[in-house]
Amino acid sequence: MTVAAITRSRVFPLALGLGSLALAILAVEVLIRMGAINRFIVPLPSQIAMAFERVIVEEDIAPRFQLTFFEAFTAGAMITVVGVSLGLLLFRINVLRQATETWVAAMASAPTVLMYPLFLVVFGRSAWTIIMMGFVAGLPPVILKTIEGLSATRRVLINVGKSFKLTGTQLFIKILFPAALPTIFVGVRLGLIFTLINVVGVEFLINFGGLGQLINDLAERYDLPGTYAAIFFVILVSVCFFVLTEWIERWLRPVD
Amino acid sequence: MAEAGRLNVPTAPLILTEPVTVVRVAIIVFILVLWEAIAQSGLLYRDVVPSLLAIGAAIVKLLSTSDYYWHLWVTTGEVGTGLAVGGVSGLVVGLVLGANRMLSKSFEPYLYYLGPTPKIIFFPVMIMWFGVGGGSKVAMGAISCFFPIALSTAAGMRQIDRVLIRVGQSFRANAWQMATKIYLPAMRHPIINGVRLGLGVAIIGTLLAETKLSNRGVGFLIIQAYSLFDMPRMYAMLIVLFVVAIGANALVGRLGGLSTIRQR
Repeated sequence: MTVAAITRSRVFPLALGLGSLALAILAVEVLIRMGAINRFIVPLPSQIAMAFERVIVEEDIAPRFQLTFFEAFTAGAMITVVGVSLGLLLFRINVLRQATETWVAAMASAPTVLMYPLFLVVFGRSAWTIIMMGFVAGLPPVILKTIEGLSATRRVLINVGKSFKLTGTQLFIKILFPAALPTIFVGVRLGLIFTLINVVGVEFLINFGGLGQLINDLAERYDLPGTYAAIFFVILVSVCFFVLTEWIERWLRPVD
Repeated sequence: MAEAGRLNVPTAPLILTEPVTVVRVAIIVFILVLWEAIAQSGLLYRDVVPSLLAIGAAIVKLLSTSDYYWHLWVTTGEVGTGLAVGGVSGLVVGLVLGANRMLSKSFEPYLYYLGPTPKIIFFPVMIMWFGVGGGSKVAMGAISCFFPIALSTAAGMRQIDRVLIRVGQSFRANAWQMATKIYLPAMRHPIINGVRLGLGVAIIGTLLAETKLSNRGVGFLIIQAYSLFDMPRMYAMLIVLFVVAIGANALVGRLGGLSTIRQR
């Protein structure tokens, strides 16, 4: 097998990646057992693997997952409805768009998550603080991508609609919205990622809610294998969520 | 003729009468008036929405105390060190992955999928590894900025014009010369963009860690103001922090010559 064939192969890079990961985990296990790494700081990978079952069974993972999902879903629904509506409003009123688009872009890059103590004061230590933090973080990309999608609708499609004497509402429902939908979904996907990051992050910070709180709880109990297992679990949930939204995005825009 | 020419010189339009400026000013005024009305109405629990005057006074008081600058300096040091550690390691990893297709296919998906996970969940681990002091905050900053810089560098590396690489190879440049003379100058734009993204998330990572467990830094001051229910001070710190964060981001772009790259 030539180097070029190995590079083109789909299996070899996957095997190399997974193999390296397995080797690194094995090396950590050996180094801890040899005493080169302090086991009171880094638990044995085998202990972490065994802690998965305990974390899932004893730590009410299902209700916690449901709560985090509910918070992320509520915030996600809010960013979709409010973001698309605001994007449409800014698309329709050009002067308002020119006046505020840079502000929305600035908001997208601003460290809004640091406002969580403010939200704690306004909404209390409740799920609403987490939902609203997720909402604020995820809103700007949806607005920006909605404007971008609607603005990028091909002129010929709009002209076809006009030639059929469609009303403004019909033009939006039949032409503009379907044409902009793939780009809008890119914004919704980005917004959902920001929302999930903030939801889990704020859960951890205020020690309230689902998966984020679980990590905090286990760390405060000095349950190191459990803490690592919970972190891996949250990473797994994030990766699944990320892959799922990516898959839906590809399905929505099969040709780039 | 000269007089006529002078008369024909178009007068500069009054910026304040432009519709966009009018709308912007109107929105700002509306928000400020609404804020003040809510503050004065007593609809919300006392001091949740303090008056603009109180916030303004808190900003002046905050900026005139030396204590704040000490905490700001601590946070700046942590963010700077985190950015240096995470940035350099991200740059190296990005260069390696960008230069080798097989390594990129093998390991880049892990970076790609780990990138959007909430980094704050690693804080308990960082406390165990680096202690409750500044080390864990620096580590949080480094972890946060590593991913955008590595991914941006790897993507930038793959976009380099093949002609430039062949020119370097035809001059028999060694690996170091290729990196410093060809790759890095050609990837200036994606690297600066990566550093800008990295700076933003490093600030967030470090400050969130400070709000969670620290006795110094701006994050600690914010959570302290929350604990004492000193709302004007908390608003003042958030406003100053947002200005500093946006200013630092713009400064990185300017120092990296992002505007001159765009103009070309």
